[in-house]
Amino acid sequence: MQVQVKTSNALKGSAENSKLKTFLSSEFIYNYKRSPTAIIGSIITIVVLLTALIGPFFTVQNPYDMSTIDLSDAYKPPAWIEGGDSNFILGTDQQGRDILSAIVYGSRISLIIGVAGTLFASIIGITLGLVSGYFGGRVDALIMRMADIQLSFPTMLIALFLMTFFGRGIGNILIALCLVGWVRYARTVRGETLTVKKKEYIEATRVIGLPNFKIISKHVLPNVFTSIIVLSTIQVGSFILTEATLSFLGLGVPVTRPSLGMLCNNGFKVLYSGLWWVSIFPGLYIMLIVFGINLLGDFLRDELNPKLK
Amino acid sequence: MEKILSVNNLEQKFDLNRGILDKIKFRNGRFIKEERIVNAVNDISFDIKQREVFSLVGESGCGKSTTARTIIKLIEPKGGTVKFKGNNITNISGNEMLKYRKKMQMIFQDPYASLNPRQKVIDILVEPMLFHKVANNLQEAREKALDILEKVGLRPEQATRYPHQFSGGQRQRIGIARALAVEPEFIIADEPVSALDVSIQAQILNLLMELKDEFNFSYLFIAHDLSVVKHISDNLGVMYLGKIVEKGSKEHIFNNSLHPYTKALFSAIPRLSGTNLRKSKGIEGEIPSPISLPSGCFFHERCPYMKPICREVMPEEKEVEKDHFVLCHLY
Amino acid sequence: MNKLLEVKGLKTYFHTFKGTVKAVDNVSFDIHEGEILGVVGESGGGKSVTGFSVIRLIDEPGQIESGEIIFNGTNLLKKSESEMNKVRGKEISMVFQDPMTSLNPVYTIGEQMDEVLLLHEKLNKHERRNRCIELLKDVGISNPESRLKNYPHQFSGGMRQRVVIAIALAANPKLIIADEPTTALDVTIQSQILKLMKKLVEEHGVALMLITHDLAVVSEMADRINVMYCGKIVESGYTREIIENYTHPYTEGLLNSIPDIDKDKSKLNTIPGIVPNMFDLPKGCNFSPRCKNCQDICLEKEPKLTEIGENHYVSCHFPLRKEAN
Repeated sequence: MQVQVKTSNALKGSAENSKLKTFLSSEFIYNYKRSPTAIIGSIITIVVLLTALIGPFFTVQNPYDMSTIDLSDAYKPPAWIEGGDSNFILGTDQQGRDILSAIVYGSRISLIIGVAGTLFASIIGITLGLVSGYFGGRVDALIMRMADIQLSFPTMLIALFLMTFFGRGIGNILIALCLVGWVRYARTVRGETLTVKKKEYIEATRVIGLPNFKIISKHVLPNVFTSIIVLSTIQVGSFILTEATLSFLGLGVPVTRPSLGMLCNNGFKVLYSGLWWVSIFPGLYIMLIVFGINLLGDFLRDELNPKLK
Repeated sequence: MEKILSVNNLEQKFDLNRGILDKIKFRNGRFIKEERIVNAVNDISFDIKQREVFSLVGESGCGKSTTARTIIKLIEPKGGTVKFKGNNITNISGNEMLKYRKKMQMIFQDPYASLNPRQKVIDILVEPMLFHKVANNLQEAREKALDILEKVGLRPEQATRYPHQFSGGQRQRIGIARALAVEPEFIIADEPVSALDVSIQAQILNLLMELKDEFNFSYLFIAHDLSVVKHISDNLGVMYLGKIVEKGSKEHIFNNSLHPYTKALFSAIPRLSGTNLRKSKGIEGEIPSPISLPSGCFFHERCPYMKPICREVMPEEKEVEKDHFVLCHLY
Repeated sequence: MNKLLEVKGLKTYFHTFKGTVKAVDNVSFDIHEGEILGVVGESGGGKSVTGFSVIRLIDEPGQIESGEIIFNGTNLLKKSESEMNKVRGKEISMVFQDPMTSLNPVYTIGEQMDEVLLLHEKLNKHERRNRCIELLKDVGISNPESRLKNYPHQFSGGMRQRVVIAIALAANPKLIIADEPTTALDVTIQSQILKLMKKLVEEHGVALMLITHDLAVVSEMADRINVMYCGKIVESGYTREIIENYTHPYTEGLLNSIPDIDKDKSKLNTIPGIVPNMFDLPKGCNFSPRCKNCQDICLEKEPKLTEIGENHYVSCHFPLRKEAN
């Protein structure tokens, strides 16, 4: 018994120790350190995430809390322009809201929608893709024709249609994003599944007699996961943009919870009366977020996608 | 000796047209319905006795791997019967098949594709053990797995590594270990050494033979390399275009080969003596497409001894001497 | 006979994140005009990299570190890339392992052959077409006129390899480097291709560097053999000499581990262990961890390639059957 425990402990211990070590000395990390795009991309992404996470503790106002907003602060330009206030570095809008604070709070909403939308869309898409690719036949035909039909419409058109139908709201946006986003997952995962399915290690599990559910979840899914990660990074960026567009058009988040797109919309009304900062800064911030995420996504795609190697 | 496996009139076909729409083709101004069926295995029969190594040998596209996959029911047979220890397993359901799955296992060709890259070696072995209840709990399964790894020549500390940390030969050892995990009686080895370097190939062949002596396995060995087949088998069948053209004991085939295709195979092998290619005539042409099979004997287009009848009639299997069968009009 | 190619002290290293792989380490050999040189060894032996180094087709992270490759009196390593392009395909051409991927699927074989002729020969359109037909006939393809218009996928594997050989011969090269040309083919097709290559080499007076893992193929084809292990030549000599009077334990091991169809062996003799990690080669002789005659000196000092018979070189401290010489 003693010996048994020892062997199993030895198995466990050595595995955990070596995992981090092998990861740190892996080719992935080696290439990461030599890729300026990857480093810039991850720095931007980390800064953006940190800002959204802890930024609200440092802002001068809470833009959702009317009591912290003073109408007399309205129409202040950015601090470096004459008439600016050093409290409001990026200026204020027509209601006296600090643009910087609004951006920090708005980016939270944008990021949450981007990440959660990706998560839900991926769960639906991955499941359908796995089923479609593994079983083939009629199920496959049905799912893929559904995908084809959906892809024959512009994504934005479907999203707009859904949002007019559902009405504003974060939950509704997530549903809309899921409904437009699953297709890419389903198609990618199906393609990968078809490749993996032909591998001899899948045949080996069938020779053993494992049930299909186990084969799919334990043997197929882990082997298509890298392409899911790559797709997800890019998807987060594109969902943030979709949400921004919807909100800009007034079909997205409710007015009480302004996302970055909503802020742009706000400022758009006063853009021609000289208050350019209200709209431009949130817009630039969206660009920065998506740029950072896409840089990271590009690196991951080059590194993790075995087909490109 | 008792038969462990008997295959009778086995057939396997694949329809290349996936739907009805694929079948309709536009040719010369008309729509025609075109069937594109690959006749991979055409009516073959053989028996494997207990503790025997039976080999199927032939060139690529002759249907030997398809035969193996049909026997182990990775693909459903289109005709004929497969009996395992007297039980007909041809058309039984997946659940009924489970108890036979435990008894028959497979070793694959490509050591780089046959192991799940995301699974540790120990998990590759433990999973089938627990599934088939060869071990009662994880602890016992791990103990057994380490034992098996030692038998195939791997060290216990290598058990927690992932497949990519091993060389081709070591991976093939892991593949063999996985087949052993459920304690089978019959193993199908599909070209287990053809992807390996010669020095490693010899190690794996020796290992397979040692394991056979230790566990009393029977093997169905699929190979294209006649010298490997000669080394390992007791009986063998030579396949050409989905047919067994000659079958018999090792002595029959290697000392008294009768079928013109078998002879052609022998004359094509490069030898260390360095004189074979210069002397031999070899055969012309290449294997015809299994989609449109030739009429008569499948080999007649390449056969140096072709007679008029060969073009018309498929020869019957003839027992030329005891247990030595040939499919040829010459005999 | 004149030396066509002389390689001296060639070193090709790959600098990767795990360290440096000495894929070819201080290799010297030569090929005479019209000669077939077989290069054998297992995967990782450096035989393919040697072949690619000769025509300088080494990609990042690989690099030819030092050495001389003297072809027809000039050092190829001193040539510029554009000068090298005139050598590749014209003076030295290559036949690759996989006939399925070495032809471009979107061009007809006629166009692909034409391209080589256009680049290296001064012929008009009509002459080029005739030359293509002649070449296809040479490699045993029937109806060459109509086959010129076919795409690679319309050929079987064996036929494709014939086309690849025809393309290799197109510009009348002096040397063909064939990297495992028959490994992907079936035995009956392999024997057809090998016979064809032998015939063409004799007819055209081309030299052939035949890289393969199969000792039997080499003994059927080659005049001389280089046996490579871990980036070094361990034994080199005339074919019969290597097969019958081998002196390096690795050569012996390779020969013994082949199941010989002409002999009955109950158990194969194997070389124990595996090819060492190329990032971490043993000190001393690379073969020492697997060698049954390993002595103390083998673990310390790397053996030098020394001549032990006529044109028979071995790199071993304790060559087998030393007494015979």
